Amino acid sequence: MAIDRFGVQLGLAFVVLAAAGFLLPAWAVFLLTLSLAKGLVVLGLLILWRTGLVPFGQALYFGAGAYAVGLLVLLTGLRDIVVLTLAAILIPMLLAWLVGLLLCRYRDIFFAMLSMAFSMILYGILVKTEALGSTDGFNVAPPTFLGFAPSGETMRVSIYLWVALLSLAAAYGVHRYLSSALGQLASAIRDNEIRVEYLGVSVQRVILIKAIIAAGLAGAGGAVTAFAVGHIDPDAMTYWTVSGEFVFITILSGTGSIFAPFVGSLLFELIRSFAIQYAPHFWQMVLGVSLLLIILFLPNGLWSVFTRLRKRG
Amino acid sequence: MLTLLAILVDGLVYASWLFIVAVGLSLIFGVMKILNVAHGSLYAFGAYAAATLIGAYFNAGWAPLGSFAVMLLAAVAVGAILGLALERGLLRFMYGRDEVIIVLVTYAAFLILEDSILLIWGTNPYFAFQPYALLGNASVGRLAFANYDLSMIGLSVVTGVLLWWALTHTRQGKLLQAVIHDREMAQALGINVTRVFTATFVLGAMLGALGGAVTAPQISVTPGIGVEVIVVAFAVVVIGGMGSIPGAAIGALIVGLIRAATVHLFPQVELFVIYAVMSLVLAFRPAGLFGRAAARKI
Repeated sequence: MAIDRFGVQLGLAFVVLAAAGFLLPAWAVFLLTLSLAKGLVVLGLLILWRTGLVPFGQALYFGAGAYAVGLLVLLTGLRDIVVLTLAAILIPMLLAWLVGLLLCRYRDIFFAMLSMAFSMILYGILVKTEALGSTDGFNVAPPTFLGFAPSGETMRVSIYLWVALLSLAAAYGVHRYLSSALGQLASAIRDNEIRVEYLGVSVQRVILIKAIIAAGLAGAGGAVTAFAVGHIDPDAMTYWTVSGEFVFITILSGTGSIFAPFVGSLLFELIRSFAIQYAPHFWQMVLGVSLLLIILFLPNGLWSVFTRLRKRG
Repeated sequence: MLTLLAILVDGLVYASWLFIVAVGLSLIFGVMKILNVAHGSLYAFGAYAAATLIGAYFNAGWAPLGSFAVMLLAAVAVGAILGLALERGLLRFMYGRDEVIIVLVTYAAFLILEDSILLIWGTNPYFAFQPYALLGNASVGRLAFANYDLSMIGLSVVTGVLLWWALTHTRQGKLLQAVIHDREMAQALGINVTRVFTATFVLGAMLGALGGAVTAPQISVTPGIGVEVIVVAFAVVVIGGMGSIPGAAIGALIVGLIRAATVHLFPQVELFVIYAVMSLVLAFRPAGLFGRAAARKI
């Protein structure tokens, strides 16, 4: 395949990200790791969002990915980051297929709220499972990279490079998917589902596939977060407010571009770290007010500002 | 046998609480097609306002029984003030936009209200146990139940019957039903839909705040009590069928009894059994027990 513009952008993005990993201070690398992990989840939301669906329970797959990693480390002693991430992608995908059989019949607010309710099932199970530390969660042992076991600063950068690689791979994959016929059905379904069905397409199946892809991305994000933080617990991974954050980032970044979720989540993490440091009691209020402002004045997210500027310039 | 009785009573008490909290959510959805995520915050505001007022009331040393009127007052005040502020100040600018967008707007309102609670009341817990202690205990067989808990059953029945009567036997209620069935046609016939919307939202907000106000004496009122309420209330409403008041009652009964049974028999599954029941109901009746399937538009 010829190298297209998108490929060049991806390559540039990787060079910039990798350089940042070696140049930036430790706290910034950690912040970038977390925001790329969130960006992965939001990329999944973008896929569903373009179909007109708002998944308000993506923490289910985020948490499932994180707990899949935690449990595998705990039970099998497996440490390799490649194998663990793969498991953290596949297990949520399987879960999404099961849940999706019921969920994909619903649209609009029902889809949103039912996905939230499903994520609360996982939360309920985890909180009541004392073997997994219930609300305290448990620590995740540091991973190895194909036999290489770094420590300290090297570990932090290695995890960061891994998530950077994952993000770019995901961005490329989602880009290919969205340009395929299956991906382009998204806006058609959003506009008029029944007409799409008259064209001989099973809308339910298309949505199920989208939900499964989104779950895999969320699982990868959860896995990386588990590695980077080294600890998992139900409140930070599966509670419905976590899903709310993902929805917030999606609105903040807009669904216009594959890169928007990553930029959006970086901005989100930056604002959050400063808000928590300087005004811990106002954090949710800041979130709520900006959510309202974006819905009112920037309904297509921050990315639409870029596109508008480019058109004008 | 004793366990069975305990399950029955606990289940009914819990179901009553669920009904009061969920019926406001269902009413607002039925009339306005808005899923109000901020309902949980209204609940929390109701609880805080009631706790504060009860504390002040008992400090003033007035007749203890009057504290029940104070709770009701707190709920009505919170519902009226916040309900009006939310509907007139925010939601009315969103009518006509996507339903999902309106959910997100109420989610934003929820986030703002959660921190407003911290600003107003701080992070320390509030206690308002006096009304709870006031009513004493009743013993049924060898089991003791708090009379306050049992009175919740009465309150929910009264609330439900009043709502049902108001909806079916008063002029305003009939207008409301017309709006539920067909908003456009109701407007064409000269019903002031804007006013119906405001009234419904305020009423729903009052019911949410009432749920919080009557719960305040049973718990320590701390930040974050409203967060969980919204998801549980939603589950109840979905089981019964969104927008249906008998549905909310049946949903609350089912969830209440099943949860009480699991608390007594298998406490490990207590938190997720509600959602498991919900999934089961939806698998067979996608619109809930009392819901009507919406026709698909071409």
